[in-house]
Amino acid sequence: MKNINILFILLLSLSQPAFAGNEVVQTLLNQYRSEGASQFDANKGKSMWQEQHVQKKSGQSVSCATCHTTNIRKAGEHIRTGKLIEAMSAVVNLGRFQDVKKVKKWFKRNCKWTWGRECSPQEKGDFLTFFQSQ
Amino acid sequence: MKKKRLWGTVLLFGCITLSMTTLAWSDGWEWGEGEEHEGRGFMQQTSGVAPVINKAYKNECSACHFAYPAGFLPERSWVKIMATLDDHFGENAELDAETAGGIESYLRDHAADKAPNRFSRSIMRSIGNQATPLRITETNYFRRKHREIPKRMVEGNVKVRSFSNCLSCHTGAVQGSFNEDSVRIPGYGRWDD
Repeated sequence: MKNINILFILLLSLSQPAFAGNEVVQTLLNQYRSEGASQFDANKGKSMWQEQHVQKKSGQSVSCATCHTTNIRKAGEHIRTGKLIEAMSAVVNLGRFQDVKKVKKWFKRNCKWTWGRECSPQEKGDFLTFFQSQ
Repeated sequence: MKKKRLWGTVLLFGCITLSMTTLAWSDGWEWGEGEEHEGRGFMQQTSGVAPVINKAYKNECSACHFAYPAGFLPERSWVKIMATLDDHFGENAELDAETAGGIESYLRDHAADKAPNRFSRSIMRSIGNQATPLRITETNYFRRKHREIPKRMVEGNVKVRSFSNCLSCHTGAVQGSFNEDSVRIPGYGRWDD
């Protein structure tokens, strides 16, 4: 019995990389690595997600979570337009991260809107790893 | 007596026929969906506006808001909007050059100053020659058409929030139909002025 348990745990741990993301995510992570990023960290992504930044134009303090909510397993709402934003978590929202072009487009727009600059390859990789982790 | 009844019947049918013809006429004139008829002449002058047919425009723009018909703003407005996507009414809506180029040429080709329908011509007439409105809601034509609607039904209505959300009330907007009969204001129903 003990052996079966051990085998089970072993199998579970082996299957772990399967949750690390789909092909699109892997392609992007590889690209970020080739652009100089190193080990990606979901926790780093999580803390950056809630980092507050003051928007130059509006003077308003915003973070990713302002529209997407802190819990990425939940749907968010755009602070101004009220547009529904589906959950960012790749675990609950299987439709996410299926299109390289779309991911790039939204990283560009939202990093600039929220942080006032584009995100670095390291930051983008950390975010993507965070989205895959919960 | 019999003769009177006969004449009465004839008159009644006459009235019915006449009213139905009038209805059919106004149907074609007022509620036409616009640009399906490519030919020149009478059929182009309907009150509908050409529905959005460009896939990229529809996909990209309606990811955030209703894809407004190109025929609601002049070409110069679309050019300016497409050139300032990095600050699109306070949002960053940047697109890659290829996608943006395709959308811009669609909007320019179908802009109000290029579309022959009645809506577009009315909008053009309400805009000064020097003006480049960035919002359809800024045009005098739009204002005139919506001025009787109380604020509580739009800004104060959580299901509408803004005049920019055409689809909240104009149930035929996607098909290019903005006539009053298809208006349903959430929480208030039909709009009759």
